[in-house]
Amino acid sequence: MNSQPVFVGIDVGASMTKVAVIDANKNLVGHHIKKSGTDFTATANLCLEASLKMANVEEKDIVMTVSTGYGRKNVSFAHDTVTEIGCHAKGCFHYFPITITIIDIGGQDNKIIKLDESGRRSSFKMNRKCAAGTGAFLEEMSTRLDIPLEEMDGLARKSEDMVKLGSYCTVFSATEVLENIRNGKKLPDIIKGVFFSVVNRIMEMDSFTEKVVMTGGVVAHNPYLVNMMEEMIGRKILVPVYPQLSGAIGAALHAMEKEPVRIN
Amino acid sequence: MGEEKKVVRKKIEATGIMNKYMADYFYELDRASKSGVKKIAWCTSVGPAELLLSMGFLVYYPENHGALLGTSRMASEVIPSANVIGYSPDICSYLTADIGAYLKGVTPLSKAFEGIESVPKPDVLVYNTNQCRDVKDWFAWYSRELNVPLLGIHTHRNPTDIEENVVGSITMQIKDLVKPLEKISGNKFDIKELKRIVALSRECSELWKQVLETASINPSPLTFFDGTIHMGPAVVLRGTQQAVDYYKILLKELKERVKNKEGAVEDEKFRIYWEGMPVWGRLRAHSELFANLKACVLASTYCNSWIFTDFDPEDPFTSMAKAYSELFIVKSDEAKEKYMKRMIDFFKIDGVIYHDAKTCPNNSNNRYGMPQRLEKETGIPSLVINGDLNDLRLISDEQTKTNVEAFIEQLEENKT
Repeated sequence: MNSQPVFVGIDVGASMTKVAVIDANKNLVGHHIKKSGTDFTATANLCLEASLKMANVEEKDIVMTVSTGYGRKNVSFAHDTVTEIGCHAKGCFHYFPITITIIDIGGQDNKIIKLDESGRRSSFKMNRKCAAGTGAFLEEMSTRLDIPLEEMDGLARKSEDMVKLGSYCTVFSATEVLENIRNGKKLPDIIKGVFFSVVNRIMEMDSFTEKVVMTGGVVAHNPYLVNMMEEMIGRKILVPVYPQLSGAIGAALHAMEKEPVRIN
Repeated sequence: MGEEKKVVRKKIEATGIMNKYMADYFYELDRASKSGVKKIAWCTSVGPAELLLSMGFLVYYPENHGALLGTSRMASEVIPSANVIGYSPDICSYLTADIGAYLKGVTPLSKAFEGIESVPKPDVLVYNTNQCRDVKDWFAWYSRELNVPLLGIHTHRNPTDIEENVVGSITMQIKDLVKPLEKISGNKFDIKELKRIVALSRECSELWKQVLETASINPSPLTFFDGTIHMGPAVVLRGTQQAVDYYKILLKELKERVKNKEGAVEDEKFRIYWEGMPVWGRLRAHSELFANLKACVLASTYCNSWIFTDFDPEDPFTSMAKAYSELFIVKSDEAKEKYMKRMIDFFKIDGVIYHDAKTCPNNSNNRYGMPQRLEKETGIPSLVINGDLNDLRLISDEQTKTNVEAFIEQLEENKT
């Protein structure tokens, strides 16, 4: 065992639980991702165990733990909680310490967070009570098209003549997708249309600053969305090394800033 | 995480007295409805109640009933009954809840007041469209259903300044109500009585204003959530001595709190302004959510809407017309923004929350760029939360919670 003080961030999202372990120099030394399931506490424990193993440290080495995400209050061993807005902000600013707009596409919600040059939030927005443009939308479409989620990105890239979906609503979009299948449209063209719909929903939420960062599980698994967004806004988009871990890393960084508390 | 310490807002001692006044009001209406000894007028919340009271009517306010359906969380269960007969789930959920409750034969009044089985039967329905068109449609349904006369005032909406010709038009419309109301009530109109009632409404309004203005003190002795409950007498008892008496008692208690530096929220750190309707079925949850974050939601356009500084007993008709038309909800965005800036300054506000109520576009002021314009001008951050006044099916508690917590984190960052 490599005994050293570490800080833990746990992001219990609606779909996935992410854990990040950082050392005193803010290096990511351990991480793990697992489906949140229905027992958030058990999943958080499993992820923590795997992350500590990867970092080659033990529980006693944890100085502080901060939880975030939808299930942040369910993490019994966390010392404190910070919202996912605050954690994504912290996590992204760590990698890109400039004025940025963060686009986070999560399993059930989207966030747009604006940070000034010192990393302070100037505003944030979450999607309305609607799944349009979120990971849940892509999941629904993958079911309708009978295509595994992980194959969608590759298929969308093969599109030559994108199908445009006009509807905002997930259910109406699914009907449109079925209509396009009936009309003999090619699968890659429909999937690119589904991706385009996600990008459009994001674009409608807020304006962007010059530098834009994209994070979240949907971005991690569907990097083509980043390319499409770049095409839409006409400039390169910044993506952290682990886009799905941004919230967890942010939580770990928050843990580092809090008063040190030893569990044992 | 250990068990979190729940912070609750400090209880207002005068509440018991208010509850008694409110109970007396509903029992009097119930007796009149059962016996027919007194005529009953249903009136929209900023309708010509002063005229109705002066002509001997007992006045019942269906919007208050709508709010009770919300606080009792009965609304979501009864709204579908109104949807079935053609009233869309997208229109005013006061309207759909109230009509739905009627269709299902239920009322929160019977839960709150033993012996009251239904809302009082109207002899006349009187509306003012100053708030929205929905109030007219709402009353029109009852008019057809119960075969009761429907009278009303049509207000000119969205002006920046209330011009003389507008006041003239509303004044004439109020005066035109006198004859049919004389016929329905069987009473002759008496200008002296109208002046007396307008004077009482003015006094109630002045006292209510002073009550709300105590929140400008740091720490604030009351919250918006207290305001939504304690505005009851200003809504249903304006124009009566009871309302005046009650606000004198409440004001005294709040002044005492100010003197003793007692805040409604323990260790108040952030001062929040609430723009839009309350989420009636979540008053306690929202109150606790903010209090636990040491945030005091202390002022609102909603509670301020029952301040009518224009009432003048010496010129009752014209001043009623002015008072009913000077409402925030009637005005243009330009006028609303000017007002908001004054409030943000007066109450020393750190952040503004806009409630985008799905079924109440007229009371959701975030939809035409106001938050962005005001933020730019004042530098005070704002947050929009999606919800509804009554229909809990349109609410995501988790999203509200995350949004509010993240907003307070943002205010905290700004303070350091």
